[in-house]
Amino acid sequence: MISAPDVVAFTREEELEDELCREPPLPEEYSVPLYPFSGHGANPWAKVANSKFTRDFILISEFSEQVGPQPLLTIPDDAKVSGTFDLNYFSLRIMSVDYQASFVGHPPGSAYPKLNFVEDSKVVLGDSKEGAFAYVHHLTLYDLEARGFVRPFCMAYISADEHKIMQQFQELSAEFSKASECLKTGNRKAFASELEKKLKDLDYTRTVLHNETEIQKKSNDKGYYTTQAIEKANELASVEKSIIEHQDLLKQIRSYPCRKVKESDSYNPYNPECELDQANSGCDQDPTTSDQTEPDERHLFVHVPSYTPKLIKAKSAKCFDKKLKTLEELCDVYFFTQTLDQLHHIERTFRGDVCYLLTEQISRALLKQQRVTNFLFEDVAFLDEKPPEKQYRGCQGLGQDAVDRKCLEEPSAPKVVISLGSYKSSVESVPIKMEQEIEDSQEAKLPESVTFEHQENLDYLDADIKGSISSGESIEVLGTEKSASGLTKSESQASLPVSPSPQAGRSKVGSRRTVSEDSIEVLSTCPSEALIPEDFKASYPSAINEEPYLDDEEGGLHFSPKLNLDNTDEQEDASQQENLVQVDTACCIGKESPNFLEPLPELGQKPCDEDGVVRIPPQPYRQVEQGLRGSFGGFPSQDGVSGGLLPYELDSRYLTCSREVSKSSLDECSDSMSYISSTASTCSDRTPSPAHRCQASERHRKKAGQNALWFIRQYPFAQPAIYSLLSGRTLIVLGQEEAVVKKLVTALSIFVPNSGLYTKPVKHWVTSPLHIVDFQKWKLIGLQRTVSPAGVNVLHALSRYSRYVSILDADIKTLRCPIYKGTVVSRLADHRTQIKRGSTYCMHVQSILTQLCSKAFLFTFCHHLHLPISEREPEESVASRRMNFLKLQLGLTNEDVKIVQYLAELLKLQYIQEPGQGGNPLLRFDYVPSFLYKI
Amino acid sequence: MLRWLIGGGREPQSLAEKSSVQTIGEEQIQNPYTELLVLKGHQDIVRFLVQIDNYRFASAGDDGVVFLWNAQTGEKLFELHGHTHKITAIAPFSSSDASEEKSHLILTASADRTVIVWDCASGRQVQKVSCFHSTVKCLTVLQRLDVWLSGGSDLCVWNRKLDLLCKTSHLTDAGITALVELPKNCVAAAVGRELIIFRLIASSDMSEGWNVLEVKRLADHQDNILSLVSVNDLTFVTGSYVGELIVWDALDWTKQAYECNFWDSSLHQDIQPEIKLTQSPNETPVQHLTSDDECVFAAVGKGIYVYNLQMKRVIACQRSAHDSSVLHIEKLPNRQLISCSEDGSVRIWELREKQQLPAEPVSTGFFNMWGFGRANKQANQAAKKIQENTPMYFLELVGDLIGHSSAVQMFLYFGELGLVTCSADHLIILWKDGERESRLRSLTLFKKLTENDDLEFK
Repeated sequence: MISAPDVVAFTREEELEDELCREPPLPEEYSVPLYPFSGHGANPWAKVANSKFTRDFILISEFSEQVGPQPLLTIPDDAKVSGTFDLNYFSLRIMSVDYQASFVGHPPGSAYPKLNFVEDSKVVLGDSKEGAFAYVHHLTLYDLEARGFVRPFCMAYISADEHKIMQQFQELSAEFSKASECLKTGNRKAFASELEKKLKDLDYTRTVLHNETEIQKKSNDKGYYTTQAIEKANELASVEKSIIEHQDLLKQIRSYPCRKVKESDSYNPYNPECELDQANSGCDQDPTTSDQTEPDERHLFVHVPSYTPKLIKAKSAKCFDKKLKTLEELCDVYFFTQTLDQLHHIERTFRGDVCYLLTEQISRALLKQQRVTNFLFEDVAFLDEKPPEKQYRGCQGLGQDAVDRKCLEEPSAPKVVISLGSYKSSVESVPIKMEQEIEDSQEAKLPESVTFEHQENLDYLDADIKGSISSGESIEVLGTEKSASGLTKSESQASLPVSPSPQAGRSKVGSRRTVSEDSIEVLSTCPSEALIPEDFKASYPSAINEEPYLDDEEGGLHFSPKLNLDNTDEQEDASQQENLVQVDTACCIGKESPNFLEPLPELGQKPCDEDGVVRIPPQPYRQVEQGLRGSFGGFPSQDGVSGGLLPYELDSRYLTCSREVSKSSLDECSDSMSYISSTASTCSDRTPSPAHRCQASERHRKKAGQNALWFIRQYPFAQPAIYSLLSGRTLIVLGQEEAVVKKLVTALSIFVPNSGLYTKPVKHWVTSPLHIVDFQKWKLIGLQRTVSPAGVNVLHALSRYSRYVSILDADIKTLRCPIYKGTVVSRLADHRTQIKRGSTYCMHVQSILTQLCSKAFLFTFCHHLHLPISEREPEESVASRRMNFLKLQLGLTNEDVKIVQYLAELLKLQYIQEPGQGGNPLLRFDYVPSFLYKI
Repeated sequence: MLRWLIGGGREPQSLAEKSSVQTIGEEQIQNPYTELLVLKGHQDIVRFLVQIDNYRFASAGDDGVVFLWNAQTGEKLFELHGHTHKITAIAPFSSSDASEEKSHLILTASADRTVIVWDCASGRQVQKVSCFHSTVKCLTVLQRLDVWLSGGSDLCVWNRKLDLLCKTSHLTDAGITALVELPKNCVAAAVGRELIIFRLIASSDMSEGWNVLEVKRLADHQDNILSLVSVNDLTFVTGSYVGELIVWDALDWTKQAYECNFWDSSLHQDIQPEIKLTQSPNETPVQHLTSDDECVFAAVGKGIYVYNLQMKRVIACQRSAHDSSVLHIEKLPNRQLISCSEDGSVRIWELREKQQLPAEPVSTGFFNMWGFGRANKQANQAAKKIQENTPMYFLELVGDLIGHSSAVQMFLYFGELGLVTCSADHLIILWKDGERESRLRSLTLFKKLTENDDLEFK
């Protein structure tokens, strides 16, 4: 069964490991994960040798009932992207692993066809032959004309880098869930309207038939029924049955608990207009004439065309020549374009190397925690995700209404409809080692985590791992939504039914059906307990939230040791980072991360009811939090402030989550699953911000970095110039050529501390004389130099206010500013720097500035530095203590002190500023002499 | 600096002129004002600033709008609209009743020939008087009598309820330019070049009525009287457009001293040759006078003069304190003097005894600790060479405030809270001690932290 040689690369068997790494093992903290394709002799950064496509892309495929698996579209929609990659083949592959129960049709013992609100399955799949690894998101859409009313689709994120797929699984899952949710919503809407039309047709047909029968009856005086009449009567009966069936279907589709969908997603694909239309959707699109492609279907709503019912032939033609609806038609244009937008967004977000993505996520998560200081140099809008809570509530209100209304209409709705078993298919769990570079220690931990599994799963596990050892060419790792939802700890588990699944056997079979001689798939789904979830948490930057890392940064504060079992000796940032990364690489392994022990006690004590609902609110976690808080209480002021930021966030998140969960009942489980998983992801703010903003700021930063690099190489007096900016002295770039001035301004803009949340105090180009107000507002100004009399005025103004500004003359390359003798800026702007790339330099700057911010934070929030310890202590002694702290504790020399003081002043202003009121921008300055620097 | 900017070559003429004016470098270690707040609101020249209480002040100017500000935060408290023309006089009018809650009123007179009384607590117009025949140019409150006087082409006496108690006959078309309260219910009014003494006499028929009586006309000035200030209960001082300074006895209105052309530099040998001294008398108007118990400080032309009442002579002077006319001058408690001028700058002076002339300003250890670098040599030039025959005091420039782009009309010293300046560039600038503000912000911050319970946890 297992013969694919590629699996070798992913297993951790001893002999294979020996083969790959012959050198004596390095200490764990130094070891770099081996490049899996090292055998090919390629360097790790080269294109994966056997991948046939140049970059990651998204593929949407359908398992067509007529032609089988077929690719529908790729994003980006460019033939070059997929290259020689066989989309058809890969569609076949990815569609073939959809083993979820699409249980539709007439279930035994049921009179009517039942719609199944199947939740999506999320699978990771690898095909080493193609050099492709994919996150595959399966979903089903309803189509009245399709077999069983369902059309299976899947969206796949295809990359040559399996690490990327594995490590970004959670993000991918969250993002694709949004896309899928959007598609499905549109689909439900379209399906409902289709049903309504069909009902009208049927109604009309019945009337016609009825009339005909009546006519026949009247005309028939023979006293017996002709075969024709009997036929008609049968036809009438079948039409009536069909009507009932369709009504039932309509009821079902309408009873779909859309509330959960809306609540679950901070990403809101609905616009109120459509929502409204959806609520009273009469007939927005004619299914029979749906060939028409309206660019914007909302136009349709404006003048709702009255639908003319048609007569329906007794035998509906289920033939293959019938044209199936396109995805666009299935989902209604608006939602379809929304989905495409989301997919494009996904493509943009996950573009690039995985280590870049990870670094980005980690640094963003870390920066986000510097809540007090991050406004200084970071683009807060970029860090600030749309607050999930707000939108969430807004939707809740809306959704609740809709649901209430619908519940009143159709009280019998969802209970029966959703079959629990459908997603229980994932109960069997076969985690497999993906990376051969996993350390022994981790291997040792594997069984430990497995103990959380049911015994039967363990059996599977063993069997499959063993099987995979000798396996051949390709490997598939499957994770279903279950694993994703497991992420949310107790909440998700609370709603997770742990009933012994009758479907397990079936799906197991399903999972093996694709086994062929050259490939193997290993299902690595985690049934009930958070096996993978724990790991994914580890792979998550935001998981650092629960970690005591940040405290080190802010001055060596640690959470209470009981939370920090394995980590106490690893207090250095570096080692922690490493730790984190290691966990990341191991994310697909069922291994309990040593870093994330908090929820563990909970896992152990979680009682599961037989009906599958855990009725325990996530109390234990709260207690842990309180523990955190308690331990914080021991530390006064300065450390607690930023270190303690996050539990509040967690608090609210958990409260809302638990509330929601307790509301959701069994019938809604299947969806509350996805709901929870997505809520969790949005709540923890992991969702990357919308790509356009991200990209724009990214591009800007890159450009600024390049310019800055050029500036510090070109101008030997870059340091005092940067010092001026950092110490809050307005720097004026004076020049005749706008382009030159703007380039300098862009270069220097990365050093300008923000004074508020929303205004970057940079003015790129000014032509009029400056006033005192300008120095209040702008800290970096590009100023035009002209020879006209007006230009002389400009210079006179400049000379008048020279004490407030530093002047960089771009034309004659001079700088007039106070002297700088500190050390911070020399690290920031070393003209002999080896850094070559703008973005790298940006990161370098960012790290130093962040360090400065931390110092400023400490300085600002140290109580005794600003207030007298005793009543009688004179101000002078406080001042000298303050100065000592800056010089000795923070190790600042000369002018560096003023930088930190200025930043501290900004922090104070920001902190004490009442929300809502803008606050007067004030201008601080020093009476210090300026010097003229020349090249 | 400018030379460097423009790129060498020709030197603007203004620079040569400036050389006569004492300058201070960029390093001003004694200047406490290291933070400023620009208060925007006025649409035209801001001419008047008046203090209401410990933390509030009002500003008024040619746009006819009165603003109330918080001097601590710079917050705009109220915007008082009511006048249609520029405001010509403003005076605070607090209730004298100690028992009641102190109510703060301000009176404003405008070129629209109205006087409005405003309530500072509510920001509302209390009452409006519009029965004037001419623009009221000065307002004086006699707290002792609980009446206020308005001076235009005639002098009117009003009570708190804005009842006209009495008025004089039409005096001149030019009207009264300045009013000052004197002992024994007397008032001195400057009308053109004359000084008229009025006396308020309680009327016999009404309990609250007053009659105003012209007592004396003093015509000792050669030109229009520009400034009129009361020194103490015994003396008051007037200054005229041609630079005469007369010290009067406040009780019998006799001349105690008459100084004319004491600023005339030809009297002093030490004048720098390049200064042209062909100033016509018109160029040395006594713009503003202020006094403490010992001295009268006069802003004459571009210069500042300190006149000692005891010695009856100028004890210190700074002949070109500014680049152009000094508009306002004030004495601070700590022997410092602040002046503002049409050149848009505000300068802080310190009256020092000549013997104490230090070789170099002593820099505080605090600043040295900060590594501010070397002492600025320029600062020493402040210690201007004082000549033998000049008094044993001198004015040393200890700092200047540059912010306004046009003439600084007036300023208001708020002690610890800082200094408020108003200017023809429509701006009001609040100058603050950066050190103190920083400390205050820290206090606020920790207070807020405690309030939010953020100390342990946020």
